[in-house]
Amino acid sequence: MTSIGTGYDLSNSVFSPDGRNFQVEYAVKAVENGGTAVGIRCKDGVVLAVEKIITSKLLKPGANKRIATVDRHVGIVSSGLVPDGRHFVSRARDEASSWRGTYKGPIPTNALANRLGGYVQAYTLYSSVRPFGVTAIVGGWDSEAEVPVDGQVGSGPKSGSGGKVEGAKAGGPGLYMIEPSGLYWGYYGAATGKGRQAAKAELEKLDLTSGNLSLADGVKEAARIIYVAHEDSKDKEFELEMTWISSVDGPTKGRHEEVPKDLLEEAEKAAKRSLEGDDEDEEDKGQGEQMEE
Amino acid sequence: MDHFPGTWGRPRNDVYGAYDASYLQTTGPKAHTSSPAVTGTSVVGVKFNGGVAIATDNLASYGSLARFSDVKRLRSFGDNAMVGFGGDVSDMQYLDRLLESMDIRENYSAHGNMLNAKNLHTYLAKVFYKRRSEFNPLWNHVLVAGFDGEGEPFLSSADLLGTTFSAPHLATGFGAHLAVPILRRKFPEEMPLAEVTQEAAVEALKECMKVLFYRDARSIDKYSIAVITKDGIDLKEDEQIQGQSWAFAERIKGYGAQVV
Repeated sequence: MTSIGTGYDLSNSVFSPDGRNFQVEYAVKAVENGGTAVGIRCKDGVVLAVEKIITSKLLKPGANKRIATVDRHVGIVSSGLVPDGRHFVSRARDEASSWRGTYKGPIPTNALANRLGGYVQAYTLYSSVRPFGVTAIVGGWDSEAEVPVDGQVGSGPKSGSGGKVEGAKAGGPGLYMIEPSGLYWGYYGAATGKGRQAAKAELEKLDLTSGNLSLADGVKEAARIIYVAHEDSKDKEFELEMTWISSVDGPTKGRHEEVPKDLLEEAEKAAKRSLEGDDEDEEDKGQGEQMEE
Repeated sequence: MDHFPGTWGRPRNDVYGAYDASYLQTTGPKAHTSSPAVTGTSVVGVKFNGGVAIATDNLASYGSLARFSDVKRLRSFGDNAMVGFGGDVSDMQYLDRLLESMDIRENYSAHGNMLNAKNLHTYLAKVFYKRRSEFNPLWNHVLVAGFDGEGEPFLSSADLLGTTFSAPHLATGFGAHLAVPILRRKFPEEMPLAEVTQEAAVEALKECMKVLFYRDARSIDKYSIAVITKDGIDLKEDEQIQGQSWAFAERIKGYGAQVV
């Protein structure tokens, strides 16, 4: 912490002489302690998952959701300060609703990420505010089928002029991660929070760039990655929360929904099994070494 | 005796002279919102044992002109609620977006309790009443069909004044005059709902749509019909009125090529 005592970290919106904004960097530190969150962009949908550390036995299992729905087709999961995340989601819902007010249709995922990036960045500019203590993963599905404008009552003349390009590809999955600085990129797989390093290493093994991973497999992988990322803080119990958005002809019909209970349990079971498998391998090896002695 | 009650109680012309009508205001602000422009006609709905059936034709008229012949006036809300709109089409579109935004907000809380048709009807009636109290009414008469909180079939109407009315079968607009008597004959008051089958309800609606097409000049022979059951909504939006007979027209002035 070379910044301490220099005075450049006392106010938001003040640069240090070497071009850093310390308040933003401290916000990133807040995120680094949050529960691990991951997002995977699959060929036919997006999966979001988060590790919820159980802070008290008095909390009701399955309550206190951390992944929120925006409009119908977008999900947001964040890591870091939970109330900051809630405010972020509230802003996202306002943006989605204002988009509908103007364009009479659902907001594209990239447009939502753009607006949220701009919003978060504005909180790095003024001394009267502090930056967001969250890194948020925004996942959505933009309809690949033509959707009618909100309130549309008919289809108009069947013949005559028209400007539509036949067979044009539209829509698809979208996954973005927005950091406290307002920086956002689109990702094939995104991870943030405490276990992000382990999670990222696992995501890189998945070969997401080729676009072959199916949503069903993505669900299993997301669960497994959260379990892998949890290995370093094994002493704490956690709960896995997972949501998905499929294509319009998939299981959620383009909507953001919780992964059904049976699928979630199956994915968790598989995740535990794969971890136990690793442990057994190690144990076998250990025994082997002992034998040699 | 003066047979025009409208003049009774006024100063006598032979004593005071004719009324000076120049005091009457002949111009004023044009209030476009207080009359409908593009309109849809009747909505007809029937409850049966296990659900509700509802129908409208696919026409939107501009005055007496049959302007848009492909207009869907049955709108679904959630998994098993349906609203049939009569009256102004742009106000219907406004309400459609209003309900859409409400549906989106309802989905944010993941408790899974969707608004049912009864909730929807209460909400719509209150919107209508608020708007008429602001002298800016939404010019619609709607039927809301679906299920109530107890899971019983629900059918109720709300109009531009916020008036609400429920019955086992309902119709708005011209249908209130032409379809309701047919439905009352087919499903009399003493007939329990358990005896009304889905097939009978749909058949009755089809007959009502035919009679309405015969006698309502603002109607068309293409219609939409929705059957709402516990399994969901079965919506058909491009139906054609079958088995028409215009034989009666021969003896009536105004049809076909007759001159006298």
